[in-house]
Amino acid sequence: MPPLISAALDNPATYFSWGWLQISVGNLIVILVMFVLFILALVLPFPGGHDDGGDGS
Amino acid sequence: MSKTKKVDPAAAPWQGPWRKYDILKEGVIALIVVALLSVGLAGIFSSPDEKALTFQGWATSAPENFFATTVGELAGTTESAGYGPPYNEGGDGVSVGPLNMQKLMGVRIPVNPADDFVITPLSSSQQSQETVDALKAWKDASADQQAAWATAFDDAVQATADEEGVLDLTKIEKGDYGPVPVLAGALTDMATSGAYDGVLLAQDPNGFYQMDHTKQILFMGDGSYLDDFGTVQNLQGNTWGMMNETGSYPGQAWLWLYSFWYQLPVFNALDDADPASMSAQLTASADALIFYIMGLLTILLVLLPFIPGLRSIPKWIPLHKLIWRDYYRSIRG
Amino acid sequence: MTAEVESHTVAPAPGDTWTGKFRDRVARDLPPDKLLPDRQPSYVASWIYVFGVLTIAALLVVVATGVVLTLEGPEWYHISDVGHFFNSLHFWSVQLFFIFMVVHLWGKFWMAAWRGRRAMTWITGVVSFIVSLATAFTGYLMQTNADSQWITFEAKDGLNAVGIGAWFNVTNLGQTMLLHVCTLPLVVGLIVVLHVLLVRKRGVVPPIDAFKNEPAAASNTAEVTS
Repeated sequence: MPPLISAALDNPATYFSWGWLQISVGNLIVILVMFVLFILALVLPFPGGHDDGGDGS
Repeated sequence: MSKTKKVDPAAAPWQGPWRKYDILKEGVIALIVVALLSVGLAGIFSSPDEKALTFQGWATSAPENFFATTVGELAGTTESAGYGPPYNEGGDGVSVGPLNMQKLMGVRIPVNPADDFVITPLSSSQQSQETVDALKAWKDASADQQAAWATAFDDAVQATADEEGVLDLTKIEKGDYGPVPVLAGALTDMATSGAYDGVLLAQDPNGFYQMDHTKQILFMGDGSYLDDFGTVQNLQGNTWGMMNETGSYPGQAWLWLYSFWYQLPVFNALDDADPASMSAQLTASADALIFYIMGLLTILLVLLPFIPGLRSIPKWIPLHKLIWRDYYRSIRG
Repeated sequence: MTAEVESHTVAPAPGDTWTGKFRDRVARDLPPDKLLPDRQPSYVASWIYVFGVLTIAALLVVVATGVVLTLEGPEWYHISDVGHFFNSLHFWSVQLFFIFMVVHLWGKFWMAAWRGRRAMTWITGVVSFIVSLATAFTGYLMQTNADSQWITFEAKDGLNAVGIGAWFNVTNLGQTMLLHVCTLPLVVGLIVVLHVLLVRKRGVVPPIDAFKNEPAAASNTAEVTS
């Protein structure tokens, strides 16, 4: 399966720097994904589950 | 008098209401989701694979550096020569106060750079008569004589460096260097031809089936070739390199905290700093200190349930009110 | 009326044998409806709860793709497009594995999930995280390319500095490979199994202050309106 965008990823990375802090775009995306998933998991409503009112059997 | 045992309600079996749940279905859905994500990411982005460096590549692209490193191995001035345990007694290794685990474990992976990287490979392969004579002269000489020749030549080679540190091997001053120039030249030729890669790999003790690449990694790391690769790919320790991958691929984001300590100025003293200064000493012991720091933090994380204060943070910063908002609403009602 | 056992001996009481004792313990702690539940307490209703199973799913994909890579050896992916694709699958499923594990860890921290005698669940979770890091590390050493040369060169210093390097030689590909493919995955698998069994045994931790509106009694018999 020929990779579509992989050629771009073989080139040197772009880095974001704030003083001594430096992070590659790839790592930044991974970390942002972690935060986004966590926040979404907390705030998104969870469906269903209201059918058992009393003590379960 | 009756004994009242304090029961933790959070440990008691749940007596409240239930909701329907399908553990196997959840597992299957999760597996399908992850499999699809993996196939998608792999199909679109592929994965990194920078071809392995070779001694032939080093000697071809930077012959002066290969030559100079070879001389350094014979003179005992390279990082490998002065590393200490587990490779040799060339140095004391890293200590933190009185604790020196490196030295304590002793030499368990013996490496003698001069012999292992230079003399033995040259001796075990077909060489010119000039090189054969040079090898005999080296082996017949005393250790002191070998050191005198090699150190003198090492100094002479390094003396040709300009302001940027670039060597000019045509400008080496004449002197009594014994067989060292011929040996270094022969090894450089051997590397350029590609023969050195194979000969080093096929050395004793494992020969044909060698899987231990200690000699290769140590020798290559003594020069600029491997180091330059690390710099170009931004993998150097003091630029968050531990977290990075070659190319633009995501690296090891989970190593952020281990990598963090190597960015602190106290662990990054310049080479010309006063050796007695605190930051120079901390920098020299950085690998051990940072490992111990991370070990301690790891233990704290493992034992978190027993640490007062830390274990109460979830109560003080109540993110749980978001997680269980439906439940709290239902019991308030 | 069942036939009486015509025997000179009486059947052993369960407490008499190791097997009986163990079987009773397992039956008590992990009855079938706890091991394979089809219901959960009503408070288990948040998307944060899916990250444990997502982590396990990712681990399964990592292992499966790893097994495929073992069929052709560690250098296959350099010379084969199919091999490179499986290497990519392995690479990205590892990224997903750590992403999901970290989100799962954050969730469990903010839920203080060690409450109610669940300290061992937390501990096995963190230990499986640490062992996973070691497993991933040996994987990075096994790449047989320039990246693994660099990582080997750098990592030896950290391990040598604390004496570990004398016993675990990162430059020994044979040692690294066997640890990565055999020993460490077994250890990870074992700890993950223990972790999941503990979750099943203790149940999912109830909410913080779940019983605040309760009388002082220890029981949690709340009448909940749905």
